[in-house]
Amino acid sequence: MKDYAAECASLETVPVSTSGDVVSMRQMVRILAQRGGLSLVHQTKLVTAASELGRNMLVYGGGGSVRAASVTDAGRPGVFVEFRDKGPGIADLDLALTDGWTSGNGMGLGLSGARRLVDEFDIESGPSGTTVRIVKWAK
Amino acid sequence: MNTESNIRLLVDTLTEQREKFLTQWTRTVGEDLRGRLSTAELGRELGELYDAVLEAMTAGSLDSRGEHFAETRSLLIELSRNRARQGFTPTETVRSVFALKEVLEPSLTGDADSARAYLQFARLLDGLGLLTSEAYLRTREEIISSQAEQLLELSTPVVKLWDGVVGVPLVGTLDSARTQVVMEKLLQTLVDTDSTHAIIDITGVPTVDTQVAQHLLKTVVAARMMGAQCTISGIRPQIAQTIVALGIEFGDIPTNASLSDALRQALKEVALDAEDDVRGLL
Ligand SMILES: Nc1ncnc2c1ncn2[C@@H]1O[C@H](COP(=O)(O)OP(=O)(O)OP(=O)(O)O)[C@@H](O)[C@H]1O
Ligand SMILES: [Mg+2]
Repeated sequence: MKDYAAECASLETVPVSTSGDVVSMRQMVRILAQRGGLSLVHQTKLVTAASELGRNMLVYGGGGSVRAASVTDAGRPGVFVEFRDKGPGIADLDLALTDGWTSGNGMGLGLSGARRLVDEFDIESGPSGTTVRIVKWAK
Repeated sequence: MNTESNIRLLVDTLTEQREKFLTQWTRTVGEDLRGRLSTAELGRELGELYDAVLEAMTAGSLDSRGEHFAETRSLLIELSRNRARQGFTPTETVRSVFALKEVLEPSLTGDADSARAYLQFARLLDGLGLLTSEAYLRTREEIISSQAEQLLELSTPVVKLWDGVVGVPLVGTLDSARTQVVMEKLLQTLVDTDSTHAIIDITGVPTVDTQVAQHLLKTVVAARMMGAQCTISGIRPQIAQTIVALGIEFGDIPTNASLSDALRQALKEVALDAEDDVRGLL
């Protein structure tokens, strides 16, 4: 995935350390999606993916921060969102991305579902934390 | 002069001039609160406080957090709780305690000895003032969180839509606390209205993620355990597509695009149930 964060002139950053923060982060993403001209379906998919990744960050990563920005690719607008936490990381990424696998008592669909909901999905995880980057384009 | 003799001087002064000090204290605080509390009530409150402080000092203590001041502390907690409930500001509340300093000042600054005693008394009142503001804040927090709970209740109405059918129009986000309230209210209303069908309408829920879905499923299972049929309505097209992409399956739970479709379906079933009942009787 391209380094969208480096390309962006202005990135909005919000901390996520409570479930209330997840709600406001979602609103920020929705506003960017509306400004970028994403269709209602695309907006909803992006916001839902952001909700899943934000909550994972909160539940498993002990909170973190979210950066988001409008991006363009060959004239096509989109929204880039990055979720970064300093939690314990994910030991087995393939397993974590398997539908239905959860280490807690969730549905185990958040991570894998979020990947299906967006156009670009990039995850890096290690003992010093997890970073997920996503992009949704206005088709 | 040591602490002991300071305390003795204070106890003597406070005992001898009790009536005068108490009257002045009540008047000063009364002016502060500008008549929002009756003088009689205020006099009683401050009188109890005055005597509790005096008793603790007679026992030889000036330590506001020590055991001798236990009675004083519980009186102050009660005072600040009442003030917080009645809408007085934190400053007004704590001033009730500090005002006693002003009242005593003229009588205790005549010579070096009494000035020292006064300083120790002032420090004691500072400690008591802090306790008062802590208690005030705690009460305010309790008030706020109980209001939040009431709001939660308000924002999750469960209504009887028809004979045998109840509806739950959900608006906003569905977190764990909210789900619990919805579930309890739904189950109670099913019993109270003797209903067999429940419709949970999610038109007003902007994002349905795995957490919301899990909470919805839990609610449906609970309603089923009470023998009720449960439908989820108000699934807008963009939500439907998102749910499918996420991989969530609602299984055999009936879903409808609109509340009116769901109601029509439920009424049909209620009518069928009634026919069955009649046939059973024949
Ligand atoms: N940021 C993270 N840090 C550490 N572990 C994570 C992180 N995100 C996900 N995981 C791990 O990956 C697993 C799968 O995540 P996923 O979101 O798919 O499911 P879930 O959160 O358990 O349930 P839900 O379906 O409610 O989202 C989690 O159970 C958790 O063990
Ligand atoms: Mg998850």
